[in-house]
Amino acid sequence: MHTEFLMGNEAIALGAIAAGVNLISGYPGTPSTEVLETVAKHRRENQYVEWSVNEKAAMEVAAGAAYCGARVMVTMKQVGLNVASDPLMSLEYIGVKGGMVILVADDPGPISSQTEQDTRHFSAFSKLPCFDPSSAQEAYEMVQEAFEFSEKYGTPVFFRPTTRVCHGYASVLVRDAEEYTVHEPEGFVKDSKRWVIFPRLSYQNHIKIEARNEELSEVFSGYGRNRIYPADEADASLKKGIAAGGISFTYAMEAREAIGRVRLFQVATPHPFPEKKALEFLEGLDEVLCLEELDPVIERELTYICGKYHLPVRIYGKCSHHVKNAGENSRDSVAEDMRKFLGREQTEEKTQDAFPAPPKLPVRPPVLCAGCPHRASFYAVKKAMKGKKTIFCGDIGCYTLGNAMPLDMVDTCLCMGAGLGIAQGVGRIEPDTSCFAFVGDSTFFASAITGVVNAVYNQAEMTLVVLDNSTTAMTGHQPHPGTGRTMMGQMTERVNIEAVLRGIGVQVVETADPLDHEAAVECVKKTAAQPGVKAIIFKSPCIAVVKPSDVLKVEEARCIGCKKCVKELGCPALIIKDGKVCIDDGLCTGCTLCSQICPVGAIGGGQNE
Amino acid sequence: MNKNIVLCGVGGQGTVLASKLIAAAAMAKHIPVMSAETIGMAQRGGSVFSHLRMGEGLYSPMIAERTADLIIGFEPGETVRMLPFLKEGGQVIVSARPIMPVTATLSDSGYNGEEMIGYLKAHVENLTVVDAGEACKELGSTKVLNILLLGKAVSTGALGFTEEEIRAVIKEKVPEKFHELNFRALTYAK
Repeated sequence: MHTEFLMGNEAIALGAIAAGVNLISGYPGTPSTEVLETVAKHRRENQYVEWSVNEKAAMEVAAGAAYCGARVMVTMKQVGLNVASDPLMSLEYIGVKGGMVILVADDPGPISSQTEQDTRHFSAFSKLPCFDPSSAQEAYEMVQEAFEFSEKYGTPVFFRPTTRVCHGYASVLVRDAEEYTVHEPEGFVKDSKRWVIFPRLSYQNHIKIEARNEELSEVFSGYGRNRIYPADEADASLKKGIAAGGISFTYAMEAREAIGRVRLFQVATPHPFPEKKALEFLEGLDEVLCLEELDPVIERELTYICGKYHLPVRIYGKCSHHVKNAGENSRDSVAEDMRKFLGREQTEEKTQDAFPAPPKLPVRPPVLCAGCPHRASFYAVKKAMKGKKTIFCGDIGCYTLGNAMPLDMVDTCLCMGAGLGIAQGVGRIEPDTSCFAFVGDSTFFASAITGVVNAVYNQAEMTLVVLDNSTTAMTGHQPHPGTGRTMMGQMTERVNIEAVLRGIGVQVVETADPLDHEAAVECVKKTAAQPGVKAIIFKSPCIAVVKPSDVLKVEEARCIGCKKCVKELGCPALIIKDGKVCIDDGLCTGCTLCSQICPVGAIGGGQNE
Repeated sequence: MNKNIVLCGVGGQGTVLASKLIAAAAMAKHIPVMSAETIGMAQRGGSVFSHLRMGEGLYSPMIAERTADLIIGFEPGETVRMLPFLKEGGQVIVSARPIMPVTATLSDSGYNGEEMIGYLKAHVENLTVVDAGEACKELGSTKVLNILLLGKAVSTGALGFTEEEIRAVIKEKVPEKFHELNFRALTYAK
């Protein structure tokens, strides 16, 4: 054993490697991405890693390998599970032979997501066990145990960290490479009564699943990570207890030191709920406060148990409005909730702010990077369609940031690949509107292709704009089918977006460089005027993956101070100093878009010179 | 040695690397360490922070308000934003160089960081302001702001690590071609 400073996601990955994982598949999504990347970096000879085209494909690839007895992990963020839910809900009935850990990272806040959905519900819905780690060290050990449980009970299991566990770092005690488990898959054994889902099989297996989960509730009551921390003597007479899970458990443990060591129950397996252990915790208590993020899962389980056993214990939490019901918890919010619950209010001196109100702080939302080709693409469409009735349907990726002023080019955004369908729906009701759907290259492969087929088949009127920057930028530059690289480091045939569109039957497919502003505007004008489904592929690599050109400079003598560049582009490299426009040379990448739109040609330098 | 440090700034300024270097220095001395980083959308020019905790008996990587021993601020406004985390008598090291948010440029709000530095001077006793604009110009790179600020935290004693200890982790964690530049940044503010 030795100690390493690891991100939670890295700890999970090393845990999976130590457990002898044979295959890991997934689709990138914050906060889950680093798990697969770390396995890829440290993988051993018999370990296969892939970024799949989307979460559904990843789930199916992993399931197939697990049918062969391989130990597998599939990774995604919480909304990715929605995409993978079809295979998931059936796989529940079929089960697996090799251990299968479904890693789904939830994102309370939400910090980098479109929903605050709680995967613990999906776990109960699909009747699969769920492990909920609270720290990097616990995650490292727990994921290895999750493989054991999965194999023992022949079922996939959920492993559900949240953002602060995924992206928290800690010195973690890990096994040396010689101590790793080596897992040899047995191979696929034909047995159509086992692997082919039919109504009768589902019925029979449903009975088994219910019995198994009752057993697991018992087993989990004896699982060491579902743990009761007894009250200190001083607080033993207090008939109050805390129940907590995930990162909130660590916040509660920190607050406990300062506020009072009352009885505390860590719930590490929210499903099947460790009922016996919960009864032991509730014994002799009058009131319980539940501290958890996202939905009140622990709170509802405890309320149910109190009802079932007629226990006179009041259960507080989100349902009872003792704890806020949206957004992430913090050290301070948990301490405050515990103080109120225990009747230990802070002294007045402590409740006053330490500092007087600060001057008005600038708001700093995330923005498209300086030199980002998406800015140029949006700007070209904006200029080309000026004065026309339009709708711009956005999608998921860096380019969602095109919604910000001054571009203001994202009218809708729902989920991966949805922009295409939304544009078609709007077009059906408002035939006089020019409907645009913007989609990135990775999102195109992940979930936009069926939307294109739908549009062509149903003869929609719309313009698809593919923002092809040759990478999956938002999540940290993962390869995808269009990049010609795999996660195993092999070169492969690029899947050609233009050929895909033509193959589907899109008649007009134009490719343009968005950083050539005039040509890009002309291309949009010409293409959007055509009937039916047409597509523009704006091709220009993400600035984070190519070397920048020379920085641009504003010639002070020529600049007339109209600020057109600043007001129309919103590029972070364009700043105003002492009333004059200038270029931040630490940020400028030399994309030249600003120099192309300057009415007096006052911006020079960059790649054109 | 139990210590809570907040590093804060704007996505892309290098707060994560600075936090990793401090953590590595702690690891080298067998001090348990935990940290939490902003990763994801906010890295695109948004407000970012790292919480870093060292010592025994830690459960959570997150820091509670009014408990940070040290704030290393990469940008004046972002430093003010994180000030509620500073404990009484805690130390702040701040770069005076503002990063203009696009929203401020568009609205011509006149934000230039000076008001923020003024506020810090008025309310933080233990304050070190670093003229990072000038320093980076002399060093010939804006990319070494993180090491420059770390250097200041070393020389004021706030960090609790020696120059040699930080130098050793730079050698270990940073590509060799950047060593020379980073060493100069580390000792620049002495």
